[in-house]
Amino acid sequence: MSTQQHTTAEPNYLEYDGKHNGLLGWLLSTDHKRVAILYLVSMVTFFFAGVSAGFVMRLVQLTPFHKMITAQTYNALFTFHGVVMIFLFVIPGLNAVFGNFVLPIILGAKDVQFPRLNLASWYFFIGGALIAVIALFTGNGPPDTGWSFYAPFSLKTGTNVTLGVFAAFILGFSSMLTGINFVTTIHRLRAPGMTFFKMPLFPWAVYATSWMQILATPVLAVTLLLVILERLFGIGIFDPAKGGDPVLYQHMFWIYSHPAVYIMILPAMGAISEILPTFAQRTIFGYKAIAFSSIAIAGFGSLVWAHHMFTSGMSDFGNMIFSLLTMVVAVPSAIKVFNWVATLYKGSINFQPPLLYALSFIFLFCIGGMTGVWQGALALDIHLHDTYFIVGHFHYVMFGGTGFAFFAALVYWFPKMFGRMYSNTAMYVAWFPMFIGFNMLYFTMLILGMQGMPRRYYAHLPQYHLAHVVATVGSWIMISGLLIFFGSLLHAVFRGKKAGSNPWHAVTLEWSVPSPPPVENFDEVPTVTHEPYHFAKEAGS
Amino acid sequence: MSTESQAAHVHRDDFGAKLGMWLFLVTEINLFGGLFVAYSYMRHKYPADFHHGGAELNATLGVTNTIVLLTSSLTVVLAIMAIQEGRRAASRAYLAATIGLGLTFLVIKTFEWSAKFHHGLYPSAPHLATLPHGEQIFFGLYFTMTGLHGLHVLIGISVLTVMARMIGSGKISQDKNVTLENGGLYWHLVDVIWIFLLPLFYLAA
Repeated sequence: MSTQQHTTAEPNYLEYDGKHNGLLGWLLSTDHKRVAILYLVSMVTFFFAGVSAGFVMRLVQLTPFHKMITAQTYNALFTFHGVVMIFLFVIPGLNAVFGNFVLPIILGAKDVQFPRLNLASWYFFIGGALIAVIALFTGNGPPDTGWSFYAPFSLKTGTNVTLGVFAAFILGFSSMLTGINFVTTIHRLRAPGMTFFKMPLFPWAVYATSWMQILATPVLAVTLLLVILERLFGIGIFDPAKGGDPVLYQHMFWIYSHPAVYIMILPAMGAISEILPTFAQRTIFGYKAIAFSSIAIAGFGSLVWAHHMFTSGMSDFGNMIFSLLTMVVAVPSAIKVFNWVATLYKGSINFQPPLLYALSFIFLFCIGGMTGVWQGALALDIHLHDTYFIVGHFHYVMFGGTGFAFFAALVYWFPKMFGRMYSNTAMYVAWFPMFIGFNMLYFTMLILGMQGMPRRYYAHLPQYHLAHVVATVGSWIMISGLLIFFGSLLHAVFRGKKAGSNPWHAVTLEWSVPSPPPVENFDEVPTVTHEPYHFAKEAGS
Repeated sequence: MSTESQAAHVHRDDFGAKLGMWLFLVTEINLFGGLFVAYSYMRHKYPADFHHGGAELNATLGVTNTIVLLTSSLTVVLAIMAIQEGRRAASRAYLAATIGLGLTFLVIKTFEWSAKFHHGLYPSAPHLATLPHGEQIFFGLYFTMTGLHGLHVLIGISVLTVMARMIGSGKISQDKNVTLENGGLYWHLVDVIWIFLLPLFYLAA
């Protein structure tokens, strides 16, 4: 099979430049695979920008009262870290990279439904990112509000919040248009015979995610617009001095931003649901349960936003409802975890780097998920609110969850994307510092939070000192793992051994085409006759 | 060979195009939905002030604008029907009428806004600051929501202008008219949102 890519007449997507050559061939290509690579390169770049800010923040916490940077700079740093990591890395996340690269192929399609709109989405993304960068260096200093832009501070601070908020507004368009594109693609471009229940689970997750992008993102857009209008014209909606209500801001912000965390995690769960059957060489356990739990997470996840606001002075009744719904949303998440674990049971485990990263995801996500339930409990949340516990929990879910799933998906689909194989040893070597450093860094934060260390403080009391040192050392270990990971992948892009079309003996459609896939993906549109994880006969090539 | 494969890439799916447009309209509805939520909450908080605020608006102009927009929705449908029957000139004429009505709407809106500015009823105006909180919020919402709606009218006019040209160049034709249908859908949405804005602001008194 691997020899076929040399003999085939059709050039692969990496070679074929289309109407333009070189860089323009990439920047103007509407090929979903090229757009995916554009996202991958830009997002990993932003990821390391965010990592750098995190690194500096950890560094200043090495001493209780340091003189390295001012409190104002620290505020700007955590705002930068949050905005970059959330809006430029995890929100586009697996959806933008693997949704673009894998979704059409796994459905048996030649591209997404609206290829030009797809490329436009990337331009919205990169445009928003550029505006965010401009916001850092112009006006009266970089935004210092935190990524959540809470009113009334975001209305009053003299820093360059208007432009920063506008950047997030533009990024919203990218997310929304991608959502529209993917929902339409899934409805219209499935291969003949691929009914919804013969569709692999990654598209299911992308489907649920895309609906949330469509429904929730506009609410954020208009909320951010109101912040901009408030700062420019003083319309008063969120300004208590004019009769406005800052708690309304919090509601409107979280109506989007809580579903947004499911926008971040759902495609990650979808990728895990692809990886586990492949490396257990058996069908997924509870296919329908996993598919429906994606929809349930999207549904319930849209109704829990006010659990961010238990200390904001809502009514007790409101608090109780949102607490209950928050507990409920843990159920579909747990359904997925149980099904994943059951998939491995009695499978023929083929232990490879993607499986290692996928299992790390499950472990870290469980800690993240369960600490989330703690915060859903009303009385406990009063104690934990605005402490390092939140920071630890959020990083377990977003980095341990989405981040590790991103790494798992990357090493899983890497041979398909680039037609080359990385060194397994390097992936294992990178994993140890990454995993150990991660837990040193963020588990310590959970403990610090329970002891009462508030988040977003640029200094700390002496009793928290030891834990802060442990966390900072953890951050160094973790970052060294990240550098090994991305360094060796980058090396493999150019120097890796040629990968066959199906190195993992997987059975979904993307593995039936050569690696890297030809421009048109399929010579002939495949017909699907059986359920997606059909390992009964000799798999793949 | 490679250009052919690129051409094969572009497949036509009118249903898909319309599905995408409807999904886009959903995002538009939720965009305004956020503002409607804010409006409902604020009106619940300041019922009397919203009543007074509504009394400041000119209901006659509001209703006139409603009639203008509703008529424009009719003409855009006529434009679509004309192109489906192959009557290109008629279709372009109806589109021109739609654009004209859209501009009329904006002109009337401009008169209304400038009257409010004259009376000092705009955000951060010294006079407005002396009024009760609820009226300040009312006018904050009034300018935000009608402003955002006006922006949508402007975008709609631009879109329909481009489409009139596309009819001229043959890119939109009797059997290739889904683009115009989608443009019409967008225009209807702009109309529908106005239908909600009218009672919420002009008839609030």
